[in-house]
Amino acid sequence: MKRIEAVNDFVIKFANVNGTGSASANNMFAKSLFRMGLPISPKNIFPSNIQGLPTWYEVRVNEKGYLGRRGGVDMMVCMNPQSMAKDIQEVESGGYFFYDSSKPLDLRMMRSDIHFIGVPLKDLCQREYTDARQQQLFKNIIYVGALSALLDIEFDVLTGLVSDQFRGKEKLITPNVRALEIGYHYAIEHYKCPLGIRVERRDAVGDQILIDGNTAASLGAIYGGATVAAWYPITPSTSVVDGFDKYCKRLRIDPGSGSKNYAIVQAEDELAAIGMVIGASWNGARAFTATSGPGISLMSEFLGLAYFAEIPTVLIDVQRAGPSTGMPTRTQQSDVLACAYASHGDTKHVLLFPSTPRDCFEMTAQAFDLAETLQTPVIMLTDLDLGMNDTMSPPLVWDDTREYERGKVFNEAQLEAMTERFGRYLDVDGDGIPYRTYPGTHPTKGAFFTRGTSRDEYAVYTEDGDAYEKNMQRLLTKWDTAKNLVPMPELIEASKGGTSVGVIHFGTSRDATLEAVDSLAAEGIAVDTLRIKGFPFHKSVDAFIEQHDTVFVVDQNRDAQMRTLLVNECLVSPRDLISILNYNGTPISARKIREEIIAVLRGDNVRPLHKKKMAKESV
Amino acid sequence: MTYIRPAFRHPDLPRNDLGFTRKDYEGAISTLCAGCGHDSISAAIVQACFELSIAPHKVAKLSGIGCSSKTPTYFLGNSHGFNSVHGRMPSVATGANLANRDLIYVGVSGDGDTASIGMGQFTHAVRRNLNMMYVVENNGCYGLTKGQDSATADIGSASKKGEPNHFEPIDLASIALQLGATFVARSFSGDREQLVPLIKAAISHRGFAFIDVISPCVTFNNNPKSTKGYEHVRDHLAATGTVDFVPFKQEISTEYEAGQSKEVTLHDGSVVHLHKADPELDIHSRRSALRLIKDYKAKDQILTGLLFMDEDSQDLHEILGTSKTPLRDLGVAELCPGQKVLDKLNESLR
Repeated sequence: MKRIEAVNDFVIKFANVNGTGSASANNMFAKSLFRMGLPISPKNIFPSNIQGLPTWYEVRVNEKGYLGRRGGVDMMVCMNPQSMAKDIQEVESGGYFFYDSSKPLDLRMMRSDIHFIGVPLKDLCQREYTDARQQQLFKNIIYVGALSALLDIEFDVLTGLVSDQFRGKEKLITPNVRALEIGYHYAIEHYKCPLGIRVERRDAVGDQILIDGNTAASLGAIYGGATVAAWYPITPSTSVVDGFDKYCKRLRIDPGSGSKNYAIVQAEDELAAIGMVIGASWNGARAFTATSGPGISLMSEFLGLAYFAEIPTVLIDVQRAGPSTGMPTRTQQSDVLACAYASHGDTKHVLLFPSTPRDCFEMTAQAFDLAETLQTPVIMLTDLDLGMNDTMSPPLVWDDTREYERGKVFNEAQLEAMTERFGRYLDVDGDGIPYRTYPGTHPTKGAFFTRGTSRDEYAVYTEDGDAYEKNMQRLLTKWDTAKNLVPMPELIEASKGGTSVGVIHFGTSRDATLEAVDSLAAEGIAVDTLRIKGFPFHKSVDAFIEQHDTVFVVDQNRDAQMRTLLVNECLVSPRDLISILNYNGTPISARKIREEIIAVLRGDNVRPLHKKKMAKESV
Repeated sequence: MTYIRPAFRHPDLPRNDLGFTRKDYEGAISTLCAGCGHDSISAAIVQACFELSIAPHKVAKLSGIGCSSKTPTYFLGNSHGFNSVHGRMPSVATGANLANRDLIYVGVSGDGDTASIGMGQFTHAVRRNLNMMYVVENNGCYGLTKGQDSATADIGSASKKGEPNHFEPIDLASIALQLGATFVARSFSGDREQLVPLIKAAISHRGFAFIDVISPCVTFNNNPKSTKGYEHVRDHLAATGTVDFVPFKQEISTEYEAGQSKEVTLHDGSVVHLHKADPELDIHSRRSALRLIKDYKAKDQILTGLLFMDEDSQDLHEILGTSKTPLRDLGVAELCPGQKVLDKLNESLR
């Protein structure tokens, strides 16, 4: 029988039951590989459920550092009879199927082209532990122990992780190490270890860290000076504010008085959450909220107010799948348009697109500077894949000399010295950004009335059409200013001067895109890439589309929302942009991107290839 | 409607402790209908702030949408104001208050803005005991959209359109009492003697101070069959008593009849003196207030005046334990932990 042979390059998937304590064991497994210097990308595939339904944990090991979802499973660790039939089918031919052999396998499920590795986990547990909960929990640790033998994981690394995990609860170290040993010894005694797939220590991780994007974003909010967080719980954004709470308790309590240099309010709904953020920002604090798609729908009215009344607003949208409730625990990039144009009337909003946890950290901090500089909402569009999965990332860094950019705010002395009338919406500097004042600054100068109704440059209510137009034009001037303030796109050329094929990607499509491009290069197909990091688009986005004959846009949604945004905002024809789409709720894979690019370049479908040629023909 | 206000100021206008005249607390000229109850409430707010010697810029005015929510333009012109979205003033006020605990927050809303579209946000602001004065200018109808019944309209009450209301009214004062408001009063826009001291007490109170002010809509809901018109309200008015507000600095000079009076000292040392008209009222008992509201309603009377107060409650900042320095005044030094902390954090994530 064929056997998959691979060192430091495979996908292992754990099939578990939700709520059985498997998460910490699976994390320990992943972290052990990371500590052996191996790049990993673990992904939780979980149901909208607290206990009982199937949940999966997929870990890709790749010493070259490719972190995107690869697709396919080389080894399945099956701990859930409910999903077993499907899980067996998912294993690649020549792969491995690890299961609890306390009960014999249903023969109808057997496959002759994969290797079955049975370990009687339940029996081993019952022999060792009397308490039912212990039997349950240690079963997870035992399979990690068995895997350490089967995959050649350094046992010391695992015991080191156990010690770290239970620091302060030393009593628990010995039984956990014992459970690891039980699994390890069983595997060594019954199987030829290691298997065809295995790991070997490398130095491929460097100083990188393993952190989820939501935690990184919460740290970004702390470093960025947020003092007010208002939110309503929603998957998959909840851990942003949980993280903010956790780290504020460590880092933001005044040591002298014990009082908090922050406030967190769990609002009654998303409308109130964004309302509180707007109220706090209006009054001079740095405030933010975190939500997901349904929350964006609810916040839309307030986003229009913040845009029109020009109030800084920071919003983190951790996108999930689908319209309505959709697939709340699956990933997508399907709020792009809803966020770009949230609210009625002519509105558009500044967007940021992080691809790594470090981006989440930096862009969250930057969002406060941008929102206050531009006096407008700034929405960071991350997603469940990045937000909730531990992701390898360069370490978080902060320049200690950095000051917060609080934007154009007149203080008391400036108001006192002012001889002319204060005009809240006057374009003094020609960049479309007016000056504001905080309430309570000066006894007689600088007060104004903030409103969602139309007003003149002095914030006085008016329904004069010319005044309205002038104001809306100024907002467009501000929009142009924003183009040079949001993060620049990141261009990677296949060779100096570029090639004729380009791929535009953003957010969590980055890893899969770059891997696909590498594998295409190995086949002699050179592709340039452009990663969009912010909206409004910088002019180099237009240039990239112009300079390439064939341009692909990678979108993780059905309707090619980034492509629509490009068509809307750049001077490009829809036929210039070919979509690569993925919207089944799992992260896009390099395989998929590679296959779609090849199919188009080979002419396997009828989509136009050479836009310039076509344009000439049509003339 | 007046279009022009003379710029002339009499040099001998009385001044308050801060040297401001009453004019310094006025706002733009009202664009509401002549005779609108709301304008009387604006005037009462101006009077109260003047008498309290509040620096005008230390007040933040917040409102939602509707006739009532327009009024913050018409008082305290030297204060920042925020006319937000319909029914969402409480959340904006909550955020503003979190950012700077040192300002005075005056929220103005209407019966549509609070009892219908904003009911959710109103109830949660009450629960949080947000330190603000929340005034509902209650006329039982939607004025700006031309007179539809609101959720506070009484059963059988008919607006100008003539169709009686069939739906159970929402009594905002009772709801505020049930949800833990720490100062609850009801008043009438036409009773300035009562309203001004109530506003002064509400502003001085620490915590959520709610005043439901019946404020007739002269254009759409002031006809004989309306229970929120001037005539009906005047004829059916009853009061818990008269309220005197005595600031910290002043000595109490008025003499009150024994047994019928109650003095409440606020956290800033000022005193609210209630001269009770109904001995049944226990100003510290929610149950007493709720019962009396019902009893008077059963007698077809509208009970106004101070209904309840809890002067020792903790407001949202105290519950959260936030810094005494307004959050908005904290800078990088207090807020940013720096690279050294990140180094440690990075290390723990390897």
